Amino acid sequence: MELLLQKFSEVSFLSGIPSALLFVFAATLIAVSLFMFVAVNAIVAVYAERKISAFMQDRLGPMGQGVGLHAGKWGLLQTVADAIKLLIKEDIIPSLADRKLFILAPFILFIGAFIVFVGIPFNQHILVADFNIGVFYIIAMSSIGVIGIILAGYGSNNKWALYGAMRSAAQIISYEIPLALSLLTVIMLVGSLKMQDIIIAQHGLIWGILPNWFIFNNPFTFIAFFIFFISGVAEVNRTPFDLPEAESELVAGFHTEYSGMRWAFFFLAEYANMFIVAAMSAILFLGGWQSPIPGYMDSPAWGLFWFMGKAIFLIFVMMWFRWTFPRLRTDQLMQMCWKYFLPISFINILGVGLWDLWLN
Amino acid sequence: MGIETSTLDRSAIHGEEMVLNIGPQHPSTHGVLRLQVLTDGEIVTKITPYIGYLHRCFEKHCENVTYEQVIPYTDRCDYVASMNNNFGYAVAMEELMGIEVPEKVHHIRVIVAELNRIASHHLAIGTFGLDVGAFTPFLYCFRDRERILDLFELLCGARLLYNYIWVGGVSHDFPIGFVEKVYEFLDYFEPKIQEYNDLLTFNKIFIERTADVGVLPADVAISYGVSGPNLRGSGVKWDLRKNEPYSIYNKFEFDIPIGTGAMGTVGDCWDRYYVRIRELEESVKITRQALDQMPREGDVHAALPKKIRPPKGHVYSRTETPRGDLGFYIISDGKPKPFRLKLRSPAFTALSCIDEIARGWMIADVIAILGSLDIVLGEIDR
Repeated sequence: MELLLQKFSEVSFLSGIPSALLFVFAATLIAVSLFMFVAVNAIVAVYAERKISAFMQDRLGPMGQGVGLHAGKWGLLQTVADAIKLLIKEDIIPSLADRKLFILAPFILFIGAFIVFVGIPFNQHILVADFNIGVFYIIAMSSIGVIGIILAGYGSNNKWALYGAMRSAAQIISYEIPLALSLLTVIMLVGSLKMQDIIIAQHGLIWGILPNWFIFNNPFTFIAFFIFFISGVAEVNRTPFDLPEAESELVAGFHTEYSGMRWAFFFLAEYANMFIVAAMSAILFLGGWQSPIPGYMDSPAWGLFWFMGKAIFLIFVMMWFRWTFPRLRTDQLMQMCWKYFLPISFINILGVGLWDLWLN
Repeated sequence: MGIETSTLDRSAIHGEEMVLNIGPQHPSTHGVLRLQVLTDGEIVTKITPYIGYLHRCFEKHCENVTYEQVIPYTDRCDYVASMNNNFGYAVAMEELMGIEVPEKVHHIRVIVAELNRIASHHLAIGTFGLDVGAFTPFLYCFRDRERILDLFELLCGARLLYNYIWVGGVSHDFPIGFVEKVYEFLDYFEPKIQEYNDLLTFNKIFIERTADVGVLPADVAISYGVSGPNLRGSGVKWDLRKNEPYSIYNKFEFDIPIGTGAMGTVGDCWDRYYVRIRELEESVKITRQALDQMPREGDVHAALPKKIRPPKGHVYSRTETPRGDLGFYIISDGKPKPFRLKLRSPAFTALSCIDEIARGWMIADVIAILGSLDIVLGEIDR
């Protein structure tokens, strides 16, 4: 943001425009480009999910059909076609639904996912705002989505949706705790909540051969990475934690009554949230935009490549989970969080503290 | 873990009860079944199954068609295992009329019935996986089931409703190359069972979800009249193919897998599921033996008059379908049409015990228990 404003001030023909207007212009530009990123991310991720699931299940997935290439070569246009279909679909609101909440819910969920992107550094320079409370901001904002889910479930006036929403609220609030606690280990080592500081702290080598990423820093952060990632998967309601939308039990969970574009917004938010979890794991534990070989290939362009590579790999892991595992039950999910993840997270914090004291 | 939930002291957290209709349009009711469920939060306090959405007057129809014309109707009862239903009716009719069918027919019937049993268990295993949230095993099962359906298509032109086993024989002989194709399939299929085990059976989450859940004790199972893999899952060694051999099942060597409570309690969902997995192996064994011993030459029809007129009398005969004891009670008054025909459906008895075994569990468990009972609504509603 600052960089963009600085660039604007260097351009001569913009010099006459008041700085407040320039700020608004820059903010709009950034918002639009972030929205484009989120949308493209969803389109690519849906296509990838279809293809990955197909290959895991001994299928081909979407394919072009015949001379007309129905959905493009290898079905590349399938998601685009789906998006168009969703756009032109009839907008159905159940007559007994609470109209206001019903309409509001997908947007709240989407906004919760969308504004998090403000704090994510894609490389050395591409970062909208490097807050001094960056990590805190992201954790706080990503919890807004749960309000959208509850509203969707309550507003739909459908028992399945209500069940989905109740499960989701319990799940997301529970898993927020181990998530935040395992994230604290990294903050303890860095001493800063700023995203770029966290990434810069992971520069160099550790143990002689490994990159100085926090996952390799000490045994406790190693465990913390897995707790963080698994809790993250639970936060975004993916299998094996997809109870809120468990299709075999709750039909479609909180979005049972949604169709068309409103439904698409739920999915946009889901894939945006998936990217956020993958990106946060990459930033906090896998060095963000740092190259795996310190000192080599660490220009900003490569930085973007490394960051996206790590994030996409983790998204792939989530898809891998989804097409391999059965689903947990509500009580088992809670048990895992409160009986295992939470105590381990506390031990992790203690361990990292002692480790840090011992080394320094 | 599951035990904890069911014995949880809920007096302190007791809330308002809510009636929830699972079905008739629901992804996991295996057809058009409606379960009216009374829930206290996630916990289910009462289950009332409502059936009849697929009622097609099977038994009444049969009174108005000739004995041969009943066979296509039996196809449509348990549409997942049509061969076994044809087989059951044919066995009953032959008992009523005292017909002895050629040796070759017996072998052909056993081969197709066991292949159909494999296909049916594929569906049961796959959809049970779906019910607990595992999507991939379902498609693995369907990939292999597809091969059996292709074999049946080659055999009789139909993929689901075969109308193949007739009274006094089968509709026609194996086509050229069919036997080799079946051998080929068995060689392909045997290693695949291990694949299902790796992917689903011994998955930690799957065991957590199914072990100790929905325990059906042997005495309850017997008092409800549950049969087939559901009964064997409860540890009762009862299989009509062994206990009351019909056709030529006494000529083959095979085991009856029973639930042992390997992962939890005897008679839990996992046991019922695992019995089916192991029955796949047994069916492969039987099919192999039948193929080896089958006379290659010979007629596939017993000598029968053009119009079947069984003598006056009645017969009750039962056979082992993939879902359990399928009984046919036929009363003949000497005319070409049955006076009365009653079908005893194994899936119906399996469904009847759902309230007993699923009460006190969570909604997710009710779906899993229903899946583990492997019901087919076509047979329940008839």
